[in-house]
Amino acid sequence: MGDIWDILPGLGDKLAAHVVLSASAIGLAILIALPMAVWASRSPLVSRLALSLASLVQTIPALALLALFFPLLLSLRAVFGEGLPTLGFLPALLALTLYALLPILRNAVTAQANLDPGVLEAADGVGMTRWQKLTLVEAPLSAPFIMAGIRTASVWTIGAATLATTIGQPSLGDPIFAGLQTQNWALVLAGCLASAGLALAADNLLWVIEVGLARRSRLQTFGGMAVVAIGITAALWAQGSGNDERRIVIASKQFSEQYILAQLIGGRLEAAGYAVEYRDGLGSAVVHSAVASSSIDISVDYTGTIWTNYLGRKDNPGREAMYETIRDWEWRENGVRVLGRLGFENAYAFAMRGERARELRVASLADLAAVAPNLTVGGDPEFFERPEWIAVRDAYGLRFARSRNFAPTFMYNALQSGEADVISAYTSDGRIAADKLVVLEDPEGALPSYDAMIMLSPRIAADEGVIAALTPLVGAIPVEAMREANLAVDREDEAKLTPKQAAAELAEKAGF
Amino acid sequence: MTSRDPLLRFEGAARAYGDVLAVAGVTCSIAAGSFVALVGASGSGKSTLLKMVNTLVEPTAGRVLFGGEDVASLHPAHLRRRVGYVFQGIGLFPHMSVAENIAIGPRLTGEKLPDKRIAELLELVELEPAMGSRMPDELSGGQRQRVGVARALAGEPELLLMDEPFGALDPLTRDALGTKVRELHDTLGLTTVMVTHDMAEALLLADRVLVMDAGALVADESPRALLAGAGGEIAQGLVSVPRQQAERLAALEGVGETRR
Repeated sequence: MGDIWDILPGLGDKLAAHVVLSASAIGLAILIALPMAVWASRSPLVSRLALSLASLVQTIPALALLALFFPLLLSLRAVFGEGLPTLGFLPALLALTLYALLPILRNAVTAQANLDPGVLEAADGVGMTRWQKLTLVEAPLSAPFIMAGIRTASVWTIGAATLATTIGQPSLGDPIFAGLQTQNWALVLAGCLASAGLALAADNLLWVIEVGLARRSRLQTFGGMAVVAIGITAALWAQGSGNDERRIVIASKQFSEQYILAQLIGGRLEAAGYAVEYRDGLGSAVVHSAVASSSIDISVDYTGTIWTNYLGRKDNPGREAMYETIRDWEWRENGVRVLGRLGFENAYAFAMRGERARELRVASLADLAAVAPNLTVGGDPEFFERPEWIAVRDAYGLRFARSRNFAPTFMYNALQSGEADVISAYTSDGRIAADKLVVLEDPEGALPSYDAMIMLSPRIAADEGVIAALTPLVGAIPVEAMREANLAVDREDEAKLTPKQAAAELAEKAGF
Repeated sequence: MTSRDPLLRFEGAARAYGDVLAVAGVTCSIAAGSFVALVGASGSGKSTLLKMVNTLVEPTAGRVLFGGEDVASLHPAHLRRRVGYVFQGIGLFPHMSVAENIAIGPRLTGEKLPDKRIAELLELVELEPAMGSRMPDELSGGQRQRVGVARALAGEPELLLMDEPFGALDPLTRDALGTKVRELHDTLGLTTVMVTHDMAEALLLADRVLVMDAGALVADESPRALLAGAGGEIAQGLVSVPRQQAERLAALEGVGETRR
């Protein structure tokens, strides 16, 4: 784990982005919560309403809240125009702000409710106007409690901001998600350490301000505030000093193959002189709309995914027909250019341990249906919601005793440890061969094909430089090469490679 | 009573809370320079009546005139700056020093009270000028209420309203502070209305005692007249308490003497 110390210094960009995002969210939450608290102190109805609303927001998992802003902002484009960003900073800011509201609002309202009534009567008695009462009495007396709320909000927000990665906002979540998917624990730990360190630093700094307010020590209060301001300014400056011109943004979903291909594509574009930015670990559902809306410029998607999820088709016209239909549909409906197929398929396939398959005499999905009621099936988090699963289930009448969700990388471990008897594997996955797994046949052809395709957003659909740099990749990656690269990233021994290293090897093998 | 217009006048002032009538239409005038005690049992409406003057409570019927003007027509903040207010809760601002507390009224109008004046005010209520830099939580209850009185006097008010000002103090402090306030009333030429449930305090400090019962004014007499038996049954009931206490104390003393 000595690598952590090599990784940490490289996280400066992510740290700066994390600080700016968290600070903006907390700042916005303060701007909203404090006037609301004042209003709530004048009206019990507003108080109840505001607090229940803020509590309700808290019950939504942060990950879901972040993801929900994507469709919301997309629909708001009808009002605000196409320039409204749907991914990245804006949705992350809005979701985190909502999340930060509750502790600030609750502390502010409680502080106001607990003010000594004698002091409030005196404030009126000496002839204070409402504003004077607020600024001279209520605010200074509530300040330490409000500060405590801001502290809680800050720790929550800094923690939750790591999830902003999934909607394409760079943060300290980037190394965490990338590390989780590629089982690079040093990367995960580095990300966790950095965000925990940031949360602790913020907590302590705000505590200094809180105590300063409670003791009415101006030196301590303003000293603490100055340090906070310096930290945020430094983060802003670090971010602002980056290149302002729009880079080419390459997406990757949350599994190793996507990280490797993103690096492969990015490497070629950089060699062609483009500035490149990676948005790693995006939710699969977000990627397609993100490319269509040019929030992301390049992604690698799979024919079967588009076929069932976006065209809503259930039939299987064969590999070629499917690809051509998708290519035309993307161009016509979304202005997305499907540059071509990489040359391999990453299809869903059901896999079992060889021994177990022999023991149960299962070679195909039809055989599986007979023994399924005694078995546990494992799938990636979205698998059991996908039309592919429903198609297979209905075609073979599959009924399992239990179905469990695993992160893609952990599915294989689950199979080995017996926590799952059969899993939804991917055909390009190196672990199928490495773990000596049996891929069950699909005699009914219920699973569509999953050719990997390079997708270009409308923004760069006609960019000749990009097209020239990436066209050589079309048809250049056979499934064996992809499996090998995937295994190199997923394995846990000393031969483990980073996605970037694996991409370099893959490029070499493909003859670049 | 002088021939001058009354400084304060209640005209059918009433206040209802739902179905309950806390003050049931009070009419009376208070002349400038007088020290009036407003006495009654708990819940008789005396505090509510007092708070109608500085509009901490708004009348549901009738009106209150201050210097000839309806208080409802004045800006509440401006009105309250002309009226000193001392109450049982004291309500010193805990985040401000004694000096800042005293100077708060003038500060609200953008005026800075000079240190010399703060020292003077502290001396008026028999506190050391050095006390100015202390925080309220460093003071005893009696010292705090002295600061409360100084704060009420800082704006040179035309009227001093006191709502059970000494209710939470020990008897010694209470007696000393009561005497002090009466002395300040005389030397500064104030007009004072003091709410109290203690008839002895009212009789000893005020020139005029108003007795309230169930929201109505039931007696309006000088202390001397009350002691002479005027004011009716309720007023006499209240007067009888300190009188009987005094008689029992005198009797106790008498018993002691015969045994000696």
